[in-house]
Amino acid sequence: MEAAYQKLVRLESQLHPEGVQRAPLWQFVLWLGFFGTVLLWGVYAMFLCWFKGLNQTNMNDYYGFALWIWADLAVIAVGGGAFFTGLLRYVIGKDPLKYIINYAVLIGFICYSSALLILAIDIGQPLRGWFIFWHANVHSMLTEVAFCLSCYFGVLCIEYIPLVLENRKLDEIPFFHHTAHNFHEVMAIFAATGAFLSFFHQGSLGGVAGVLFGRPFAYRPEFYIWPTTFFLFTWSAAACGPCFTILVTKITEAITRKKLVKDNVVELLAKIAGWMLLTYSIAKIADTLYWGFVMLPKHGLQITDFYTNASLIYTKLGGVPWILLIEILCSVIPALILVSKKGRQSKPALVVAVLLGSMCAMINRWVMVLQVMAAPIMTFDQFALYFPSWQELATTVLPVAYGVILISLSHRYLPVFPQERELNPV
Amino acid sequence: MGETQGHGHQEGNGHAQGSKYGMVIDLDKCTGCGACMVACMAENNVPTKPDETNKLDTITWMRVFKLSNGKAFPEAETCYLPRPCMHCGGKHDAGHSPCVSVCPATATDYSYKTGIVSQIYTRCFGCRYCMGACPYKARYFNWWDPKFPADMKEYLSPDVSVRMRGIVEKCSFCFHRYQRAMDRAFYEGRELEEHEYQTACTQACPAGAITFGDLNNERHMVHKVVNDKHEGHAVLQGRKPFRLLEELDTNPKVYYLSARDWVVKAGNASLRETSPADKKPSGGHH
Repeated sequence: MEAAYQKLVRLESQLHPEGVQRAPLWQFVLWLGFFGTVLLWGVYAMFLCWFKGLNQTNMNDYYGFALWIWADLAVIAVGGGAFFTGLLRYVIGKDPLKYIINYAVLIGFICYSSALLILAIDIGQPLRGWFIFWHANVHSMLTEVAFCLSCYFGVLCIEYIPLVLENRKLDEIPFFHHTAHNFHEVMAIFAATGAFLSFFHQGSLGGVAGVLFGRPFAYRPEFYIWPTTFFLFTWSAAACGPCFTILVTKITEAITRKKLVKDNVVELLAKIAGWMLLTYSIAKIADTLYWGFVMLPKHGLQITDFYTNASLIYTKLGGVPWILLIEILCSVIPALILVSKKGRQSKPALVVAVLLGSMCAMINRWVMVLQVMAAPIMTFDQFALYFPSWQELATTVLPVAYGVILISLSHRYLPVFPQERELNPV
Repeated sequence: MGETQGHGHQEGNGHAQGSKYGMVIDLDKCTGCGACMVACMAENNVPTKPDETNKLDTITWMRVFKLSNGKAFPEAETCYLPRPCMHCGGKHDAGHSPCVSVCPATATDYSYKTGIVSQIYTRCFGCRYCMGACPYKARYFNWWDPKFPADMKEYLSPDVSVRMRGIVEKCSFCFHRYQRAMDRAFYEGRELEEHEYQTACTQACPAGAITFGDLNNERHMVHKVVNDKHEGHAVLQGRKPFRLLEELDTNPKVYYLSARDWVVKAGNASLRETSPADKKPSGGHH
C-alpha cells in the first residue's frame, strides 16, 4: 500500500513544473476533497433548479433579478483584471506584467466561465438559452452582453490554452510545445480583441440597468445610445479587476506560504489600478450628483425617495444612504492608498486597498441589481423583502469552489507564476 | 389591419399608427370587488397555486391595489386601483416600451396596428429582464408548472394558450378577442365595431368603471373620455384623466379618473406636495 502510494506520488510529481515544490499529495487531495464537496452541494442545487424550476429560489415577481444576477455582474467585474492586464501587457507594453498575466487570465477564465454557468441556471427555460442569439433583439443590452461575453470567453480560452499546454509533460510533445509557442506569438491580437470585447460587455452590463427608463433608480443619461453606467461599469471593471487579481495573488501566496510574484510587478499593477480607481471615483461621484439633483427632479422625484420608507438592509441607517456611502468610500480609500508609493509598498495597506477595491465593484453591482429591484416606483407600491434560498446560495458558492479547485490544479501542474522558481529556490 | 380602418396616421417614427387600444378606469366607480381579476384569470387561463397567500409569486394580470389617504377617521378614505398592463408606447409613443426594448430574444413586441404589447410565450426563455424594466410590475413569471384543478380543465379557454413554467406573461388586453372579432369583421368586409372587441375585465366590472376601446377612434368612448368631448360637451365634470408615472415617459394606454385630489396625486410622484415619507398613500394588494 505504502509502496503504491509512493509510486503514485512519484508519478504525480512528474507533472509539477520543474524546480518548484508542491504540497504533499495527500494534503492536496484533502484540499480538493473539501472544495469538491462544496462544489457537489452547488451542483446538486443547480440540478434542482434545472429540473424543478426557479421555484427553488426565493426570487419573486418583485425580484426577478436577484442574488444570481448580482453574482454574475460581480464576477465579471472582478474578472476584468484579465482584459485590463492583457491590454496593459500586450498592447500598451507594460512588460513587467508578464509575470502576473497568466494568473490574471486564469482568474478571468474562472470568473467568466462561472458567469456563464450562473446565467444558464438563472433563465427560466435553459433549453431555450440559444434564443438570445437566434432571435436577437439588437436594441437590448442583454443581447450585447450575450454576444460579447460569449466571444470574450472564447478569447479567454485561447489565452488559457497555452498555459495548459506548458504543463511539463504536455510540453514534451512537440505539437503541443509548438502550438503553445505560436499562441504566445499572436497573443497580442487576442489581448486587443479581448479588450475590445470587454469594453462592450462590461459596458453593456452597466447598460442593462442604465437603460431602464421605467426604473428611475437605475436610469442614467445617455451618450449616443449608451447610458453613463455603460462607461462606469467598464471603468470600474478596469479599476477593480486588477485589485482582485492582486488580492487573489496575495491569498494564494498566504496559502502556499510562498512569494509568487515580485513586489515591483504587484506595485506596478496596483499603481495603475489606483489611478483608475481615483478617476473612477470622481466620475462615479459626478454621475451620482447629476442623477440625484438633475435627473431625478426631471422625473418628479427626489434623491430621498430612494432612502426613505424602505428596509434598513437596503438603504437607510439613521437617514444616511449607507450603501451609497460605502460604495463611494470603497473606491476613494483604496484609490488614495494605491496612488501613493508608501501605500503600495506597505503590505497591510496594499491588502486593505485591494480588498476594498474588489468590494467596490461588488457593492456597485449589488446596488445596480438589488436596489434597483427593491425601490418601489408607484407611490402606492410596497417594499418587498428578499432573502435567497439555500439553492441560490449553494449555486452562488459553487463557482467559488470551482474557482479554488481550478486555481489549485493550475498552480500545482502549470507554470502559472514565472517568478516562482527564482523566488523560491528548492 | 388597423391601417384599413380609415383613421390611421403616420407617426413621427415612420410607423403607420392604426388603432391604439386603451382603457379608462374610473376610480370613483371602482368598488374593489375584484370581479375584473377573476374574469381576467378565467378568460386567460391563468393558473392558480394551492396556496395563494404569497402574492409575490402569484400571477394576476389584472391586480387591484388598495390605496388609502393615510388619514384617521373621519377623514380616512380608500380607493381601489385596478392595474392591468399599461401597454406603454414609450417616448413619443414610438413603441419603445420599457419591456419591449430590453427583451433580448424579441419575445415581447409592440404592435403599431393596435398599440398592444404582446408576449410570445414560446420564444421567451425566462431571463426576466422585462420584469425588471416594468415600473408597474405588470409582468409575471411562471415560477411553477401551470396547474388547474381537474374539473376546471374543461373550462379552459381554447383561444388562449396555457403558459409553461419558466416564462414571463402579462395582460394582453384579451388579444384573442381582438383576433376573433377582426376575423369576423374581415370576413364580412367591414370595420370593427367598438362593442365587438372588449376585454374580459371591462365586461365583468359590475360598476361599469372600466371603458375600453380605440384611443385613436373618435367614435369610441375612450377617445371621448380622454379628450373630454362627447357631442361637443365635456363629460368629465372637471375631472382630468391621468396616467400612472407619466413623468417617466412610458406613455401608458391606461387612463384613470378620480375627483379625489389625493388619488390623482398618488398616480405620479411629481404631484406630491411634500416629502414622500410624509404624504405617501399607503398601498396594498387586494
